[in-house]
Amino acid sequence: MRPYLVLAPAFLLTIGILFPFFVAIYYAFTDYSLRSSEYSMVGISNFKDTLTSEDFWHSAIVTVKYAVYATGVEMLLGLGIALLLNKDSILSKFLRLVLIFPLMIAPVIGALIWQLLTNPSVGLLRLPLAWIGLGEFRWSADPDYALFSIVLVDVWIYTPFIIILVSAGLRSLPKSPYEAALIDGGSAWFVFKNLTLPMLSPVILIALVFRFMTSLQEFGIIFALTKGGPGDRTMNLAVQSYNEAFPFYNLSGAIPTLLLLWALIYAVCFVLIGFWRKAQKTASGAA
Amino acid sequence: MNDTKTNGPKILEAIGRNGLLLCYALFALFPLLWMLILSFKPDSEMFGSPFVFHPTLDNFRAVLGQSDFLGALVHNLVISVLAVCLSLIVGVPAAYALARFQFKGREDIAFTFLSFRFAPEILVIIPLYLIYQKLGLIDSYTGLIWVYQLISLPLLIWILRGFFEDISPDIESAAQLDGYTWWQVFFKVLLPLIRPGLVAAALLCFIFCWNSFTFALQLGGGRTQTSTVAMMRFLASDTVHYGWVAAAALISALPEVILAILIQKHLVRGLSFGAVKG
Repeated sequence: MRPYLVLAPAFLLTIGILFPFFVAIYYAFTDYSLRSSEYSMVGISNFKDTLTSEDFWHSAIVTVKYAVYATGVEMLLGLGIALLLNKDSILSKFLRLVLIFPLMIAPVIGALIWQLLTNPSVGLLRLPLAWIGLGEFRWSADPDYALFSIVLVDVWIYTPFIIILVSAGLRSLPKSPYEAALIDGGSAWFVFKNLTLPMLSPVILIALVFRFMTSLQEFGIIFALTKGGPGDRTMNLAVQSYNEAFPFYNLSGAIPTLLLLWALIYAVCFVLIGFWRKAQKTASGAA
Repeated sequence: MNDTKTNGPKILEAIGRNGLLLCYALFALFPLLWMLILSFKPDSEMFGSPFVFHPTLDNFRAVLGQSDFLGALVHNLVISVLAVCLSLIVGVPAAYALARFQFKGREDIAFTFLSFRFAPEILVIIPLYLIYQKLGLIDSYTGLIWVYQLISLPLLIWILRGFFEDISPDIESAAQLDGYTWWQVFFKVLLPLIRPGLVAAALLCFIFCWNSFTFALQLGGGRTQTSTVAMMRFLASDTVHYGWVAAAALISALPEVILAILIQKHLVRGLSFGAVKG
């Protein structure tokens, strides 16, 4: 019984707040709208409409692209920077503190700062870009570079998240296996591949899980920068359903979209957590 | 590790390492430096030369002069600190239980905790608003602290679970054989060993609660308005004072920076036990 009792407070605290989620599922099968209090059951027709709509599939592809690009770059960059910072010099200590500052700015403000920086008429970046012949670069207003521009801002804000977690992992690695490897005369790459990486992979995977699932849900950055535009180039599922829910009060359109997004996140995390379990077993048994 | 290397590659390695770090630091910090400059710029010179201007404290005065911005900072501090404390109190034991005990449904329960983060905030917010209205939790500290558990608990539990699992159960039983009670072992042996993870997780939870916008906007109100929401009001006003926004963002980031400085030294493992793993 003991483990269940220990888990109960955390569980009750969160399940209580998630009750609305089940209400939302119920609404998904009705024609509920914020405009009127009357509604009736419509079965699965909302899901049918959503799944047959071209907009949904377009947004789903944008959602996945955004999440894969942003998470991919953040993982590689964050892991690299955390490894480079893993020294006991004063510079490393200083950088470990200041390099995480972008995460501390509210994401919407971070997005605004980048919007100002990249503004083609007053932005600070227009001069250096003009010097290298990119004076006409339109950033998020250019249909071909809009996704790149918003991913750049996501990378700026959230790479520190990876740095913090991987640094904590590096800091708590045991010393003795390294001493043994030193005696054996293993190369730096050999030590990284056979010692550091296996012991670090659980925390890397947890960082990946959280970053990937929140970037699949990303709303603030995209809404602040492009509102899904130009056209619908950066329209992901979260922004699309916000647009349906708020200006049009069309909840029966928005909720199925969000539930399908939820299902996607569920599936992705289910697979990733499987990898985590394997990695954790290796790490606990290794060294 | 570098004993066998000559000096040449060592210097190259240092140049490479610091060069890469410098590139990233430039990317990460120049927007913030520019924001710092904006915060000292008078409105009239906002779009003039980027670096030549007459510095002024007007923006900070304007932001801090609004009594409700200071109030919003206090609200945010109370709500975020209490939310993280609550998460720590219920989350640390939960993470320990998931790491240590073998019991039926362990992996399912662990995954359910993670799944609390799967629902997009807009999906939860509309029904939650209606329920909070019935419970009288709109615009209350309790309501926001509670809903922030969705942000902080899954993160905290899943980070700490991994750190707990890295510690060999042998260390625990050895300490208990030495006559320490379970509680003593937990506080004197286990917590110091997972300290880097604990501190990093708590910092991340604090940052995410502090910057949370959707929940605070929809479920908060006059009595609980957080500084993140208050900042958005500067943006929504007719004439955007970029200097104000920059100053407000800097002031608002200050508690996070202070927290990060305070915990720096705890990012190192407390005890230097030899064989922790395996």
